[in-house]
Amino acid sequence: MARKHIPKLAVWKFASCDGCQLSLLDCEDEFLALAGVIDIANFPEATRTKKRGPYDLSLVEGSISTMRDRERIQKVRRQSKYLVTIGACATAGGVQALRNGRDIAEFMSVVYARPDYIDTLATSTPISDHVKVDFELRGCPINKSQLLELITAFLHGRRPAIATTSVCAECKARGTVCVMTAKQAPCLGPVTQAGCGAICPAYDRSCYGCFGPMESPNTVSLKEQWRNLGANEKDIRRAFQTFNAGAPEFLNAARGHADKNN
Amino acid sequence: MRTFDDDDTNHLFILERAGFGALIEALSDAEYEVIAPTIRDGAIIYDAIISEVDLPSGWADDQQAGRYKLKRRNDEALFGYAVGPHSWKKYLHPPEQLLWRAKKKEGGFDIHAAPIDTRKRAFLGVRACEIAAIEIQDRVFLRGPHIDEAYRARRENTLIIAVNCGDPAATCFCVSMSTGPAVRSGYDIAITEIISEDRHHFVIDAAGDAGRTVLKHLPLRPAGKKGLQAAEAVTAHAQQQMKRSLDTDGLQALLQNNADHPQWDNVASRCLSCTNCTAVCPTCFCTTVEDHTDLSGENAERVQHWDSCFSGSFSELGGAPVRRSTKSRYRQWMTHKLSTWIDQFGTSGCVGCGRCIAWCPAGIDITEEAAAIRKGANS
Ligand code: SF4
Ligand code: SF4
Ligand code: SF4
Repeated sequence: MARKHIPKLAVWKFASCDGCQLSLLDCEDEFLALAGVIDIANFPEATRTKKRGPYDLSLVEGSISTMRDRERIQKVRRQSKYLVTIGACATAGGVQALRNGRDIAEFMSVVYARPDYIDTLATSTPISDHVKVDFELRGCPINKSQLLELITAFLHGRRPAIATTSVCAECKARGTVCVMTAKQAPCLGPVTQAGCGAICPAYDRSCYGCFGPMESPNTVSLKEQWRNLGANEKDIRRAFQTFNAGAPEFLNAARGHADKNN
Repeated sequence: MRTFDDDDTNHLFILERAGFGALIEALSDAEYEVIAPTIRDGAIIYDAIISEVDLPSGWADDQQAGRYKLKRRNDEALFGYAVGPHSWKKYLHPPEQLLWRAKKKEGGFDIHAAPIDTRKRAFLGVRACEIAAIEIQDRVFLRGPHIDEAYRARRENTLIIAVNCGDPAATCFCVSMSTGPAVRSGYDIAITEIISEDRHHFVIDAAGDAGRTVLKHLPLRPAGKKGLQAAEAVTAHAQQQMKRSLDTDGLQALLQNNADHPQWDNVASRCLSCTNCTAVCPTCFCTTVEDHTDLSGENAERVQHWDSCFSGSFSELGGAPVRRSTKSRYRQWMTHKLSTWIDQFGTSGCVGCGRCIAWCPAGIDITEEAAAIRKGANS
């Protein structure tokens, strides 16, 4: 019998907070039980050992915000059979994408004592702007059980069962009373992709949009409902300008591009 | 079947408010898990209760399109509100269900069916529209070519204690759908709550052995003609209060002949395709299945969960959804509910409970949308 191929998993970090890698670390028990089933070849948050490629599955955290990273991601792609991006930074540019379209030189002069030490691009962009991506796992941070589902699906050659419907579907499945309807709290849930398990509404908070735009986000209609609930244009702009500010649907919603009256 | 319309009132009894706790005790003693309305997070939902203090005594609800608000009543009614965000579907057709597990072996795998839930449950406070909805789901799961055994077990172990509505919400339109406000059949025990200046009591009635067995443990008196009249007055009041309506005349053909009506674009501009309406609807039954494997590849399971005609994957064929636009999804939902459901199952799919109206974050109202289609329609 031929020796069984042990799939090699690599994790890569770009501009990010490491929170998504922590979700992976959180899967420690599941992975320990499987020593010998998966070879963790590169995982900077967990270990300093680094094995050479090629890799069966690369998980990429973080956005592209420097020249060096722009080149590094090409190398990662070349060495990876499948490349999956994890988290809002990698899938939408992250909160750091708020700088896109603004004066980066001015930001640097305000924030850093020696701006001339800083080497950065003017934009923070998702990985898919640079290389072909096989799957995007949303969230800020990603959800641990979705991550496990994704890894097992890729290792066994099946399609991951990851819903792209709204957070509302998760609210209803867990029986949470809708905060938008019963508390008149402006909620981003109807335009946000499921995946978190609708945690915030279950704790009496409206959704913050951590998982980015759902499959068919009608932001124009939702904004109208927010106005009916008393939100002003600044509240609306702010709501769409967080972790997924760079996602095109949220960017347009913040800028009011698709609105009828703007 | 005996109903409140019968001349003979021998089966009608009076239960005083002070004796109501005995009903819940009798149910618990008979080993039913009692599920009833209770307040949580600013709404009246359905959950397991221990005693009568868990009921929303003295509360009512204010409901409009996209709005729900609790308010105090000026009495201590136990059932003085309409339906809330939950429906009994959450127990009979739960949001997620394991169907089977599989384990790899030489040359194949072993399949183990998921255990069937046979817990005895008493649903306390089931409204007329909800009984109609349960009967609609019975038709889907029990009377088609495929019988859902897990549903059958749950259904057979459920005792239905119905309540006649006294104060419908502004979102209710059961009169238009001929499903309420009075409970006519499909119950084990039926209750009408009657509150006057100096008295608070219930007219109570049992149908069938399971219901009658429970009544034996309660402090009852015969209700007589006066009891019947008092109960009928509650229903008449409810009927009068109901302001919302849906014109069902010719609706089945109307929707099928107006697939290109401009109103579909209009509603699609407001619809969020968020799936809330289908989740709260007590008759919507669509599901999808997901297969999961573990990291080792040794174990797999198949899980069924609620799906919705508002989701993209719902109409996926060959890797892409057939119904791409929100317009086509809303049209599918409403046309199925009010029209093609009749072709398929012989009744409307809507019982007029109003949940989809109150719990739509965009405040879309099925009765208004149907009326708008009627305007300027092809006949
Ligand atoms: S609370 Fe927010 S996410 Fe949940 S159902 Fe309501 S609108 Fe949707
Ligand atoms: S009709 Fe309302 S509840 Fe239903 S999908 Fe559209 S916005 Fe959501
Ligand atoms: S369509 Fe709306 S009103 Fe009709 S049964 Fe469903 S939730 Fe109730």
